[in-house]
Amino acid sequence: MRCGDFKETYIKDEEIFQSLFVKFWLALLFLFLLLLPFIGNVYMLYIANMIGFAVIGAIGLNLLTGFTGQISLGHAAFVGIGAYTSAILTTRLGFSFWLSIPFAGLVAALAGMVIGIPSLRVKGLYLCIATLAAQFIFEFIFIHWESMTHGITGIHVPPPKIGDFEFTTEKDFYWITLFFVVLGVGYARNLIRSRMGRAFIAIRDRDLSAEIIGINLFKYKLSSFAISSFYAGVAGALWVTFLKVVTPDHFPFFLSIQYLAMIIVGGLGSILGSIFGAIFITLTPELLNYLSEIIKSYIPGHEEIFVPMKEVIFGLLIVFFLIFEPRGLAEIWNRIKAFFRLWPFSY
Amino acid sequence: MDILLQVIVSGLATGGLYGLIALGFVLIYKATSVLNLAMGEFMTLGAFVCFTLLTQFNIPFPLALLLTLVAAVILGVLVERLILRPLIGEPIISVIMVTIGLGVILKGLIYMVWTPTFRNFPEIFPPEPLDLSFAIVPSGLWWGFVLAVIGTLIFLAIFKFSRTGVAMRAVASDQQAALSMGISVRWVFALAWCFGAMASVIGGIVIGNISGISVYMGDIGLKVLAVIILGGLDSIGGAILGGFIIGVLENLTGLYIDPLVGGGAKDVASFFILVLILMIRPYGLFGKELIERV
Repeated sequence: MRCGDFKETYIKDEEIFQSLFVKFWLALLFLFLLLLPFIGNVYMLYIANMIGFAVIGAIGLNLLTGFTGQISLGHAAFVGIGAYTSAILTTRLGFSFWLSIPFAGLVAALAGMVIGIPSLRVKGLYLCIATLAAQFIFEFIFIHWESMTHGITGIHVPPPKIGDFEFTTEKDFYWITLFFVVLGVGYARNLIRSRMGRAFIAIRDRDLSAEIIGINLFKYKLSSFAISSFYAGVAGALWVTFLKVVTPDHFPFFLSIQYLAMIIVGGLGSILGSIFGAIFITLTPELLNYLSEIIKSYIPGHEEIFVPMKEVIFGLLIVFFLIFEPRGLAEIWNRIKAFFRLWPFSY
Repeated sequence: MDILLQVIVSGLATGGLYGLIALGFVLIYKATSVLNLAMGEFMTLGAFVCFTLLTQFNIPFPLALLLTLVAAVILGVLVERLILRPLIGEPIISVIMVTIGLGVILKGLIYMVWTPTFRNFPEIFPPEPLDLSFAIVPSGLWWGFVLAVIGTLIFLAIFKFSRTGVAMRAVASDQQAALSMGISVRWVFALAWCFGAMASVIGGIVIGNISGISVYMGDIGLKVLAVIILGGLDSIGGAILGGFIIGVLENLTGLYIDPLVGGGAKDVASFFILVLILMIRPYGLFGKELIERV
């Protein structure tokens, strides 16, 4: 039984995988993720892919909002920029999918930095409104820059290839998603322990104090916007390649709210929280669909009530978590872990 | 008839409406420092309640308006008590997110109750347009403007002259001092939400009357953000002036830019203006500049 946390060196304290226990369970989880395509059906793999894209996007937003404290109501716009960049590069310029992904991230990061510029002068409410404006402006651009984006008809995106092998099915695409999710989570997890991550947290906690202890606000705020948008861009590019089509309807304001809901429900300022949140928010509508199917079979004629139900439930989740569990699912998870670790002598 | 003048006049009339809704934002922000992003949904809800009272229960418009205002008061108090009270002292992101969450809930509920079909408002104003000789203002816009101006003036009068208004201003300028003078800050918070909800509900009814009502009319609430940023988040005069400026600019964009980009520019114009203001003068025309000292 462990009853405390004893570490003798800083190196030990800074480890990502703190104990053998954690390593064991992570290895098990990874094994499960590797085996999933062989045991799951098409629907499960579809959901797994969607969760993967949500995880990447949510981690990006959490780095910006949860760790750096800059609120963004325009995350969907950056997802859209990444998606369109990848789609346009592969269809117009004949880029391979693999090369288009980093470009999608880079273009989104550039856009993110432009939107981030006001963050140097304004913060809090004003910044949040600026990002909101970005959301609507980019939505407008997606619809109206027809020569580039083909307006509301959208662009068809070819499937990714290695040699002659095409990643067309959910199962094939799962490997790509898994690769990028692991990469994204690993990078974020390391980033927050680095100099940059600590600077982000300092800015979040008190920007003036951060500036006084020598953190360059300009540099780190913009880096945060860039990294966050990079993640969003990659998530968007993967998502539309998976869906095989990109239209402006994919990136409404509601998607931004959905991403915010993920990090709030999961836990602000926690990588694990972003993953929990992404899973939770992606599964909720699926669960609702399932429920509506059941109810339809008993009382037909009321299924249209489930369309707005999704929105109501998202809203309720946001409000309830903010009021009753502001640190999200990650905190609940920690509490459960602590309970079992210290059981039966919790004091 | 000069099309430019016509566009400017209808821009001014729309601007009066924006001013009223912006006033709702500012009233809440000044007293409680909460930016209520669910304002658009308040508007929609007000419009739908009034619509139902008029068409289902055949209540005459003045009475329906009064009943809708009562509903707005109830909504304001409920929201303040149940949702924002527990979040006092929480970081700004929680407060903003909770209003967004509230907006999403209200939108979903409106969708459930009234279904997403687009409806025309019954005629509540005399149909003759106002002829100004150099421009014609459609009836809905003209009467809406009148209603908005009356609403704005009443709110201003309350704020300026009544005891409650003075208490609200005191709370806005310094909560601690207001508390020690025996002003109930809780009461003022609730009142601010009521006033905000009432202002947006009137705005909702008028806009519904002009362009019909649907679940999606709440997006105008977000457009009004440009107005309050231009005027300054905590300036009542700024909200009204900003409303006129944005109203005119938006209509001018509709006239000159829309043909160039194939429509839709009118709806995002306010967001472009918003970004410009934030870059040049983040605290708006009359907003209080926040100076931080260490």
